[in-house]
Amino acid sequence: MLATNYRGPYRIRASQKPDPVIEHPGDAIVRVTRACICGSDLHLYHGLVPDTRIGHTFGHEFVGIVEEVGSAVETLKPGDRVLVPFNLFCGSCFFCQRELYSNCHNTNPEATAVGGIYGYSHTTGGYDGGQAEYVRVPMADVGPYKIPEDIVDDDAVLLTDALPTGYQAAEMGDIKQGDTVVVFGAGPVGIFAAKSAWLFGAGRVIVVDHVEYRLDFVRRYARCEIINFREVGDVALHIKKMTDWLGADVCIDAVGCEASGSLAQTITGRWTMLQAGAATALFWAINSVRKAGNVSIVGVYGPTFNAVPIGNALNKGITMRMNQAAVKRHVPHLIEHIRQGHLNPKEIITHRVPLEEVSDAYHIFSSKYDNCIKTVLIPPRAGSARATATSVIH
Amino acid sequence: MDTVTAQRDLAEQRRHPHHHGHVDYERQIDYDLNRHSPSLEELQRIPGWGSDLDKKNRPAVPMERTPPRFIHVTAGQPVQQAQTVEVFCSPERPGITPLFGTAQPPKWLSGSMRRLAYKLPENDLRHWLMLLAADRVNMVEGIVDDLAHGHVPNVLGEMGIRAELRHNPAGLVRKALIATAVVGGILALRNRRRHY
Repeated sequence: MLATNYRGPYRIRASQKPDPVIEHPGDAIVRVTRACICGSDLHLYHGLVPDTRIGHTFGHEFVGIVEEVGSAVETLKPGDRVLVPFNLFCGSCFFCQRELYSNCHNTNPEATAVGGIYGYSHTTGGYDGGQAEYVRVPMADVGPYKIPEDIVDDDAVLLTDALPTGYQAAEMGDIKQGDTVVVFGAGPVGIFAAKSAWLFGAGRVIVVDHVEYRLDFVRRYARCEIINFREVGDVALHIKKMTDWLGADVCIDAVGCEASGSLAQTITGRWTMLQAGAATALFWAINSVRKAGNVSIVGVYGPTFNAVPIGNALNKGITMRMNQAAVKRHVPHLIEHIRQGHLNPKEIITHRVPLEEVSDAYHIFSSKYDNCIKTVLIPPRAGSARATATSVIH
Repeated sequence: MDTVTAQRDLAEQRRHPHHHGHVDYERQIDYDLNRHSPSLEELQRIPGWGSDLDKKNRPAVPMERTPPRFIHVTAGQPVQQAQTVEVFCSPERPGITPLFGTAQPPKWLSGSMRRLAYKLPENDLRHWLMLLAADRVNMVEGIVDDLAHGHVPNVLGEMGIRAELRHNPAGLVRKALIATAVVGGILALRNRRRHY
């Protein structure tokens, strides 16, 4: 089959690999019809995630058709159209019983601090991902969600990670009616966090970034205010001025370890890797939130440590909540929002690219060329979806 | 504080009691920035505004919900997956998990480095640094492996040079010139040393 093949930092290609096989009676094999490139895939692509091995197939946001099921699978059958949450989870461990699916204890032998994730290095379990024609889906009775007939694949693929993560970011902020919410990052997750903040009754939503086309998009898409941090001097000071000098009620970090905006953080976090990525957005979130406000973190950081003003967090009495999204607990609710017209996730898709052009698709997304916000890769055996793929190089 | 300043501040506070004693209150507020919340009427024009204000509509409230909904829960631990390749296990676990990935089993020098790294717990910084070092070694091994299989890797293609050419040709030329200058400089220095 054709699959993405990681070759080292900033190097990826599509090449032939053996088809996946059933390795456990609870497995299914899914033929992928769409797979997104996620902002957190860029951390892998840039070589920042430990134990990312050469030959790895990325991709944790994908939908497809069930091709084959293991002997123990009861709820899925070949031909079912499914969305597959990015978390691999067993459904029965201590954490899954509490609906903390992203913290499953039974799917990742290599680390206890993170659960299993498709196509996200051996630090998250060593599973090949969905940027391929086929993918092995363990615990097929538990993880995948059958896509209702009235939900199109372009919406469904964004329900596997980006939308639930943005929604959970807003939810973890514990937004109250009239609250001022500041979202750091105008990537797909930040866009959905801003959009979700209104569902929780926010009074103001402000998005901070430095990429003009993304700020322009989020201003129109999520009807929010925007700040280009390159234009305002000190971000925390600017936000204080915008909020009667108190600070925002809720700050959301939707950036993670590859943030721009601070030379010191960039040098120590990205260039020399002395810390687990540049924690600029988190630094700003802590310093921009009001005393006793809430900071919600969904931006991804590495496993070592980061320089953040934890003393300020203590002295300000901030509540901080964070987690990888427990995707499946959100999916039915978010489908209702899509049906009612509150959310229209597919509008953020800017590129539909044949899987063969994965090298160029990653480069465009990473470099933020061509007003790229969300890229969907479409494999050769995606069926009718393949006709929607457009070359990015011709 | 000198007497004149104190008298000025006191007078200002008397003139503007609603400033609650803050001197130069007006100058502290940047009215251009201090945009206030839209009215409730304006907010309600946003599709879905406030529809999840009630916490019972929020899927993650409470954060830990037992029993779980929406999933097919089976009793007991999942059946153990048969181990067919070498899989590392964190020392912070009692043993291998029932489910695991089998992609890219460890091999060569990078595999040995990873084997050593997994003897250390996640709590030990050296564990992660050794894995990152192994990743860089593995990158070189990947090139050697490509060549060994008769495949000369198209490194520039893998880095998306076609997209760079289409979307940022000026940047590509700039990078090429810088690379040429650096390589040329190094070669010139080497030649100079040979003359001496």
